[in-house]
Amino acid sequence: MITIENLSKRFGPILAVDHVSLSVSRGEVLGFLGPNGAGKTTTMRMITGFLSPTSGTATVDGHDVTRDPISVRRLVGYLPEGAPLYGDMTPAAFLNFIAAMRGLTGAEKDGRIAETIETLQLADVLHRPIDTLSKGFKRRVGLAQAIVHDPDVLILDEPTDGLDPNQKHQVRNLIRTMSKQKAIIISTHILEEVEAVCTRSVIIADGRVVFDGTPGDLQRRSERHNAVAIRLENPQIAKLRDAVSGLAGVDRVEEQAEIDGTATLVVIPANGQAILHELSACVRESGVPVEEIQTERGHLSEVFRRLTIGEEGRV
Amino acid sequence: MRAAVTVFRREFAAYFSTPLAYVFIVIFLALSGAFTFYMGYFFDRGQADLQPFFVFHPWLYLVFVPAVAMRLWAEERKAGTIELLMTLPVSTTQAVLGKFFAAWAFLGIALALTFPIWITVNYLGEPDNGVILVSYLASFTMAGAYLAIGACISALTKNQVVAFILAALVAFLFLTSGLEIVLAFFRSWAPDAMVDIIAGMSFLTHFQSITTGVVDLRDVIFFGSLIPLCLFINKVLVDTRKGA
Repeated sequence: MITIENLSKRFGPILAVDHVSLSVSRGEVLGFLGPNGAGKTTTMRMITGFLSPTSGTATVDGHDVTRDPISVRRLVGYLPEGAPLYGDMTPAAFLNFIAAMRGLTGAEKDGRIAETIETLQLADVLHRPIDTLSKGFKRRVGLAQAIVHDPDVLILDEPTDGLDPNQKHQVRNLIRTMSKQKAIIISTHILEEVEAVCTRSVIIADGRVVFDGTPGDLQRRSERHNAVAIRLENPQIAKLRDAVSGLAGVDRVEEQAEIDGTATLVVIPANGQAILHELSACVRESGVPVEEIQTERGHLSEVFRRLTIGEEGRV
Repeated sequence: MRAAVTVFRREFAAYFSTPLAYVFIVIFLALSGAFTFYMGYFFDRGQADLQPFFVFHPWLYLVFVPAVAMRLWAEERKAGTIELLMTLPVSTTQAVLGKFFAAWAFLGIALALTFPIWITVNYLGEPDNGVILVSYLASFTMAGAYLAIGACISALTKNQVVAFILAALVAFLFLTSGLEIVLAFFRSWAPDAMVDIIAGMSFLTHFQSITTGVVDLRDVIFFGSLIPLCLFINKVLVDTRKGA
């Protein structure tokens, strides 16, 4: 549905987006990750036709965003960064305006608006000026305007920013439900969100794509992928540490003190291989009583840091 | 077209969503009345016409119209809603036209609400209602020209106050360029052709000739081309500056 080829955007001397290429098809939820200022918003703005690219092309369902912007805009539902809204309008009037702009009329319009209000639970605030609403409601009104016309393509710039954990959960559920029939791009800097809703993640740093793969791939890139954390009473720690350090496949062992007086040994495998079986056998043999053994799947934030501030020598 | 009408509706309603619109209208009516009676000597002249009423419109609009125009684009840019608007399936031209006509309609309402003065003059004597109608149309058109300038300038900035002051300043230049005191300054050194051009840019000269009942094709062409020109510049400004 969405195809981007060598898309670049230059603001004066700054190259905000640097030859980004990606494609998103129906049924995919692409999580767009990156530090602030990496070029996520700029890329999204080019796909939605708000900014024109300096070079490269972006097409949505075959329509080029610069040559046929109106067709693209018709297909896309967009939540801009910060969810800007007309504060003097009520959600009812606002959604009515957006639906009318989207070309919906009559019973179809009323039906779609009612459904959207239902989905995002806006019924209680329908007739209050948007300015007076809480941050969570504003964000939901922003989401409502993006989905009111049931678009094929959904581009959401930080859809859960400013929501409480319950609301975040609801919005993620909503995205998951919609994902089957749509192509969705969400930008976020919350890494769990990627695990929770995305089928694919793209990390962008300094305007360039530094990772493109599934959230699972991303975790496998973590050096803590398949690491095993063992929690035990503090005095025993040296004994167990010596026992496991010698195991084949163990790269190194890290030690961290816990608040409750216990300690955790994190056994990091070489090359992310599975070491749980050997390790648990070794623990049993050593006879040290342990409180808890847990396999880690990898720290996204660590991979994220590594990719974006990088070993590749980028600042 | 449908999108432009939808933009028009929203913008028009936006004026009345705060009490500001009513305050504007009341001030406009009060001022136009005060000017007519106290500075235009409406009664003392002993003539049944609306000359003393219309003669102050170019000056009234100088303050009133930029105040109506300032929010058109500056507010959208400040609040970021321009990103919302310009990613809806609407062309920039449609958005520019929708907004312009909404503000113009608002000005039209303010102007139409001065109708008691028309009733008054008809009660007191037998004025030439044709001239009055043409004068109203001319006043409305001139308001449109001020508005197009104001809308254009509103697209330049995120700050409504800056938009107001700049628009009033530019409108002031267009207004005073026909005054003899300004022209005399140019006449001393500039070639005649240039003086004529400067004089020809004045709202004052174009408007006054119409209110006396003389409809000159040049006046019609002046306003009829100034408005589209400003709106075209407005469109270009929105396109180039929306992301800034």
